Amino acid sequence: MITIDRVGKSFAMKNDRFVALENVSLEVAENEFVTIVGPSGCGKTTLMNILAGLETPDAGQALVRGARITGPGPDRGVIFQQYALFPWLTVRKNVEFGLRTAGVPNPERRERAQHFIDLVGLHDFADALPRMLSGGMKQRCAIARAYAVNPSILLMDEPFGAVDALTRVRLQEQLLQTWSQEKRTVVFITHDVDEAVFLANRVVVMAARPGRIVEIVDVDLPYPRTEELRLSPDFTALRNRVWSAVYHQEPVA
Amino acid sequence: MTVVQADAEVTTGSPAPPERRHRGVPKTLLNLLSVVLGVGVWWGFSLGGFDIPAPPEVLKRGGELIADGTLADDVLASLGRVLAGFMLGVALAVPVGFLMGWYGVVRGLVEPWVQFFRTIPPLAIIPLAVVLMGIGETPKIFVIFLASFLACVIATFQGVVGVDKTLINAARVLGAKDGTIFARVVVPASTPFILVGMRVGLGSSWATLVAAELIAAQQGLGYRMQSAQLYYDLPTIFVGLISIGVLGLLMDRVLLFAERRLTNWQERR
Repeated sequence: MITIDRVGKSFAMKNDRFVALENVSLEVAENEFVTIVGPSGCGKTTLMNILAGLETPDAGQALVRGARITGPGPDRGVIFQQYALFPWLTVRKNVEFGLRTAGVPNPERRERAQHFIDLVGLHDFADALPRMLSGGMKQRCAIARAYAVNPSILLMDEPFGAVDALTRVRLQEQLLQTWSQEKRTVVFITHDVDEAVFLANRVVVMAARPGRIVEIVDVDLPYPRTEELRLSPDFTALRNRVWSAVYHQEPVA
Repeated sequence: MTVVQADAEVTTGSPAPPERRHRGVPKTLLNLLSVVLGVGVWWGFSLGGFDIPAPPEVLKRGGELIADGTLADDVLASLGRVLAGFMLGVALAVPVGFLMGWYGVVRGLVEPWVQFFRTIPPLAIIPLAVVLMGIGETPKIFVIFLASFLACVIATFQGVVGVDKTLINAARVLGAKDGTIFARVVVPASTPFILVGMRVGLGSSWATLVAAELIAAQQGLGYRMQSAQLYYDLPTIFVGLISIGVLGLLMDRVLLFAERRLTNWQERR
């Protein structure tokens, strides 16, 4: 369970300060899938970096199961928009990276890596280098790498932002499939309203200047989510609601 | 060359990336044609009244120098100096470059000196080196060492500083601490820079060699050319020039090959 308690964060600019987050509070339940949407500059990536332990808040605090986040930890897996695969390591070695730092001995390490490589459908590319993979495959490898260390929380920062629309739809379905097989708490950041609604139990809508939460939309659509659901009136209604929450904010400079 | 650890192994059996090959004349053929044309132009100039020896003359002198063992001795002497200076330079430059890139304190302390010495051509150090170290092998190796060190230390430092922050963050969220991040992210990520630095360093080592051998050497390609100059012996000078060029090229190819092998993971355009 994640608790974000009145978190604030600002950055020094040339002349004044840029308020990335102001008084942001949010609770995410165990095994919940939460998506965060908002315009650029709304502080969603800052929020994720705070959860990942890569940045510390100026005000308030972020907690995981009651413990304050002070740095990165194996309980939280992170998937970056730019894939962040180690280009000199094969898919397998990338997936094994976190297991090696955790000191998992070899036979088990290999087995666990293989399990998650298979889970994301990369078994034919286990010994390929990242440069041989497409964008979608790279991101699947990053997902396998995050899953391999068995975190209870997955933090995903616009993970499908850099792939084409068709691949994105397939990656979304695959992510949900992976998530339903291996349940985790997921905080997923995106700027794509369809994606936010399709994936989530709850959609958190943020606004910029200062970065804050403006609305939280419950998505009570059943899993598994299918193409039919994507085209259903229920989905459309929710999507429209989130859309207007995102796009009918006061104009941002 | 101890910077790449076993982890950086790469697969050779996996599907090759799509390569864009130029259609038409193969590259090696073009290279060969270029060499033939160049020699032709040289020959043309020599026939056209310029006071330079024709290719056959240089070839003949080359044969003589090989036959009496002079060329082999000179090449060995020069290679020995270049390799000794170059390897010492690289061996020091890699750790210093890493420390500069990783620790702000080391960078602050070392960088002014590196930048200062970088603006001085290594050749300008020769008078000082001779006064301090005499006329033996030491000053020659020292200036070559300095030349390769300066080229390589900057490249290593740039490589470490330029490591993608996202990769470091990715390692951190996977539980890696500073030591692991250094060994398993920073070192492999900066390897391409180090290898480029080594190639540049090798280039400047060769460039410094001849001048270093002008200091009372008894052997070496630079010495041979210098003494040939006194006798107006142009063919010998040409043999020396060509030998230096060919050897430099061969050593560069060896490094290029190593670079290709070790940084095969890089996306190339």
